[in-house]
Amino acid sequence: MIVVPQKALFDQPLALKGGATLPAFEIAYETYGELNAARSNAVLVCHALNASHHVAGTYADDPNNIGWWDNMVGPGKPLDTNRFFVVGNNYIGSCFGSTGPTSTNPATGKPWGADFPLVTVEDWVAAQARLADYLGIERFAAAIGGSLGAMQALQWTLSFPERVRHAIVIAATPRLTAQNIAFNEVARQAIMTDPDFHGGHYYEQGVVPRRGLRIARMIGHITYLSDDAMMEKFGRVLRGKIAPGYDFDVDFEIESYLRHQGDKFADYFDANTYLRITKALDYYDPAAEFGGDIAAAMARAKANFLIISFASDWRFAPSRSREIVRALLDNRRVLSYVENDAPHGHDAFLLDDPRYFAALRAYFGNIEL
Amino acid sequence: MTETEMIARWVVPGARVLDLGCGDGTLLKHLWQTRQAPGYGVEIDDAQVIECISNDVNVLQMDLEDGLSAFRDDSFDYVILSETIQTIHRQEPLMREMLRVGREAIVSFPNFGFWRARLQITLEGHMPVSEELPYQWYDTPNVHHCTLIDFEDLCAKLGIRVLERLVLRDGKPVTWLRNLLGSLAIYRVSM
Repeated sequence: MIVVPQKALFDQPLALKGGATLPAFEIAYETYGELNAARSNAVLVCHALNASHHVAGTYADDPNNIGWWDNMVGPGKPLDTNRFFVVGNNYIGSCFGSTGPTSTNPATGKPWGADFPLVTVEDWVAAQARLADYLGIERFAAAIGGSLGAMQALQWTLSFPERVRHAIVIAATPRLTAQNIAFNEVARQAIMTDPDFHGGHYYEQGVVPRRGLRIARMIGHITYLSDDAMMEKFGRVLRGKIAPGYDFDVDFEIESYLRHQGDKFADYFDANTYLRITKALDYYDPAAEFGGDIAAAMARAKANFLIISFASDWRFAPSRSREIVRALLDNRRVLSYVENDAPHGHDAFLLDDPRYFAALRAYFGNIEL
Repeated sequence: MTETEMIARWVVPGARVLDLGCGDGTLLKHLWQTRQAPGYGVEIDDAQVIECISNDVNVLQMDLEDGLSAFRDDSFDYVILSETIQTIHRQEPLMREMLRVGREAIVSFPNFGFWRARLQITLEGHMPVSEELPYQWYDTPNVHHCTLIDFEDLCAKLGIRVLERLVLRDGKPVTWLRNLLGSLAIYRVSM
């Protein structure tokens, strides 16, 4: 499947939850499949931390650049583009095409950098609703996402209850725990204390806070994998050695893996974006204005829900998903909950466990168009 | 008449139903179609959960042995435990939980006091294997079999009232020597 990335420009200001206003913004997006005549078959795919609008397929001029959820989305796949019109989008504040810290600030003619406002999950959903208007989609058949993407799918049912019929919420949490926030703060500190950070104005210095980004990514990766999955994949295997080196070079495979992931990430990801996304995660708490009562927060939702969690996910553990399930039960929503025992940890939502995919295939198959 | 139809007769139209160990969701689908009774199923088996989703039945993948803490007090009219009680390790807390979240419970199980089961043990000297109990002793989801008398004793111990009882053999009601001649029992109970 060859796809073409597109951009939509929105010149009406967007008031952000944090108090700032974006005067105008662009959203990068891709679509797969055809919007039907009734405009009833659109599915919004929301991405997590480091992904983008490039959900599925490849580019004509870059055939190795395969979409991040290509195993899930495409002709004949669980989210079948022969039946659904799938919209991938890059949320604002990201660094893959939508307006974010690397974009030009119209007020200065220079990149926004540290001056780009903090954006929230609610802001992303509000911006996505503009994209839906632009594409002529009054109501999505479904919104789907994993992890941070799941928060967006969930928020769609709260911000726009009438505009989404189904929410598929995978490896989610209704709000971060203190431990989750703690990991995010360590990642942010790694970036902000990097001498190349320059208070976020590193673009004009011609440098990138690579050390900080690398450490942030390494910490993230540890939380995405389960202890068992990491042991299974790397064990205590030494990297290109038959005995420990008794120095501080790479000894173990896991060290090599983390360094490689960190290097790769520092090559393509923007530090100001990373800071903002982790803050969006930390701030997300739809129950906050209801005294912490998630059921009261979910009372607005009208969608049908499929909630999926993974037993080995310790970042957003099944108990977090069960909080959402309980809140939806209290509201008597149409709801199914799948607790998958795939061993991979948080990242399991990106993998193709056959039972996980069968559940999604079955669910999408019953969505009426 | 099938067990599903028997249970459906007891469910008043529009009632809120929780089906524990719901399998592929056949009963819930039937209750929705014939009684407009909306409900949720609880099931632990992956393949059955996927079948439920295919059948457009609300299913929650949870372990009954962990209790019913996901559900609030009195949030259902009926909590159904259909041919599942014999697979549970701890019946007492589950029965209490069922009548905490539900106004009434409907419980069915294969009657271990059925004459053929008794015959297989006493004359043939081995664990019963039959249409109702198709498993070998070493390869079975069933861990706690009971007879009509056993179940009613448990209800009495827990202060649970039996509201209605239906004992069947080949889908037909058994009206005398039930604990001997019935192979399947269905009870409607409340606190």
